[in-house]
Amino acid sequence: MKVLVTVKEVGEAADDFEIDGLDIAAEYLEYDLNEWDEYAVEAAVQLVEAGHADEVVSVTIGPERTEETIRMALAKGVDRAVRVWDDAIAGAGLLDVEAKARLLEAVVAEEEPDLVLTGVQANDDGFGATGVALAERVGYEWAAVVNDLELDGEVAKVHRELEGGVEEHAEVDLPAVLTIQTGINEPRYASLRGIRSAQSKEIAPKGLGELGLDAGAVESPLTMTGMYEPETESDATIFEGSAEEAGAELAAVLREKGVGAE
Amino acid sequence: MTVLAVADHRRGQLRDVSYELVTAGRELADDLGGDLHVACVSGDVDGFADDLSLDGVDTIHTVDHGEEFNHDVYLQVVEVLDAELDPTVVLMPNSVNGLDYAPAVASALDRPLVTDAVELAFEDGLVATREMYASKVETTIETDAERVAVTIRGGEWPPAEDHGDPAVEPFDLAVDESRVRSRVTGFEEVAGGDVDIGDADVLVSVGRGIEEEENIELVAELADAMGATLSASRPIVDNGWLPKNRQVGQSGKVVTPDVYIAVGISGAVQHVAGMKGSDTIVAINTDPNAPIFDIADYGIVGDLFDVVPALIEEFE
Ligand SMILES: Cc1cc2nc3c(=O)[nH]c(=O)nc-3n(C[C@H](O)[C@H](O)[C@H](O)COP(=O)(O)OP(=O)(O)OC[C@H]3O[C@@H](n4cnc5c(N)ncnc54)[C@H](O)[C@@H]3O)c2cc1C
Repeated sequence: MKVLVTVKEVGEAADDFEIDGLDIAAEYLEYDLNEWDEYAVEAAVQLVEAGHADEVVSVTIGPERTEETIRMALAKGVDRAVRVWDDAIAGAGLLDVEAKARLLEAVVAEEEPDLVLTGVQANDDGFGATGVALAERVGYEWAAVVNDLELDGEVAKVHRELEGGVEEHAEVDLPAVLTIQTGINEPRYASLRGIRSAQSKEIAPKGLGELGLDAGAVESPLTMTGMYEPETESDATIFEGSAEEAGAELAAVLREKGVGAE
Repeated sequence: MTVLAVADHRRGQLRDVSYELVTAGRELADDLGGDLHVACVSGDVDGFADDLSLDGVDTIHTVDHGEEFNHDVYLQVVEVLDAELDPTVVLMPNSVNGLDYAPAVASALDRPLVTDAVELAFEDGLVATREMYASKVETTIETDAERVAVTIRGGEWPPAEDHGDPAVEPFDLAVDESRVRSRVTGFEEVAGGDVDIGDADVLVSVGRGIEEEENIELVAELADAMGATLSASRPIVDNGWLPKNRQVGQSGKVVTPDVYIAVGISGAVQHVAGMKGSDTIVAINTDPNAPIFDIADYGIVGDLFDVVPALIEEFE
């Protein structure tokens, strides 16, 4: 059985940052593997270790820079990687959910995985929708927000984490796309050996043409027209000064509210 | 021009966002000069239709099929309602179940999808506001597509309350069972245990800013000194540093203490959903732009490893 796992590199904004046009200025962004995808990678690698799967392939939509992040996934046990990018994708503006699902659909058609694992959401654009949209496009079954997974033949037994400390138990027929929630496992650190072996693993770059698509695939009916720092509605009283001074002022307010009273 | 809003329910109860969907849907329908239709799918649909018979709703469609949410059924129902009503906007909740069917609906109906909207308007086309980069920025997204799908964030629109008199139309749908390839087999409460953080008057809550498991002890000491209960954001629980019953948030516990002290917590929307009802909110965070400061009453912009020891000293 083959598992395809989506791996996204996400930008994280520095504490203080500036916006440049329709994005945070590049110098204020640090790039990292999307938190939710890290758990998806771990879930995929554990399926190999448990004897359920024999290959884990990762797929990333991203420029050459993302290979550093992809190597992290390879170091943690992903066997090989596909990276989708070309000038048309770079120039496309907002890659909406459907555009991303179309690109991933072409990779699914090529790889024919039995199971696709994605993160529940990406911490940069936060659409939280690509996995389920992909499932619909490729005709796979799916489950969103999965925090427990067990394979039983052609069925995935999953727990879906609902709101308020309630979990739903469900069965999903394979092939399927599961969107993975944090907490499902404990992502491993890459071992030195893993990091070394990741250097020789394949990262196959693919453009639209190689996926049998044209520029129409990344045209989006959505346009981002503005990005701004939200006007703070905060009327918080901020205590300044040294930790001791600020702490003393805060403590005084809290004591007045009865905190610490015997 | 119509708007179709799909209600959210679980275990026999409409969820709050269903009433918020009515408000958001009515606003859009007004922008469009059209009607608001609401769909109640599965469960006690007649009871739900009663509850959602609110001012501003024109028609409620009930689809009596199965007890609980099943995304394969929801997808088929919305497809059929879409063919019948041709709504300009299909409005769904950005709840966990919303995330489990809305993207499939949008894809199947060939509608662009905007998720987690916090503000909506319809001018020449849909204009949506949503957050990015862990709520550090807001963006506007526009489309001139004639038909769109949107999920709304819970808690952003006031719930509709005033009683109304919409038409209720039972909808008889032959679900294609061969397209139902998932089954809900049960539910489980997972956050039980010895401590109920929901009972505490004062909560000291620790987040990822604490960095290492052994440092939790420092925040536990502060809670002790204050006579408070220790709670946490999700990553602390995911890491196994504290048990699940200490987690505050959308998937954890909703708490409303007199005082909530967030130590090294950014204030992600799913965390805030669990604590914004606290009387007094205090934030201690190195990042002056952390979203937690937007809802805090008092704050210290500073390193918790300096501030927390100072506070412990004050209270000991
Ligand atoms: C479906 C779903 C459900 C979820 N449910 C929940 C939930 O119930 N509860 C929940 O909490 N989350 C939930 N989340 C996760 C949520 O999105 C965030 O990932 C999480 O809340 C972040 O936790 P945090 O604030 O502790 O960590 P981070 O976001 O990493 O923030 C850490 C903060 O600590 C600050 N910091 C760092 N070092 C220091 C220092 N030395 N001193 C002071 N401050 C410092 C940083 O500036 C930062 O603001 C859910 C997510 C999803 C998708």
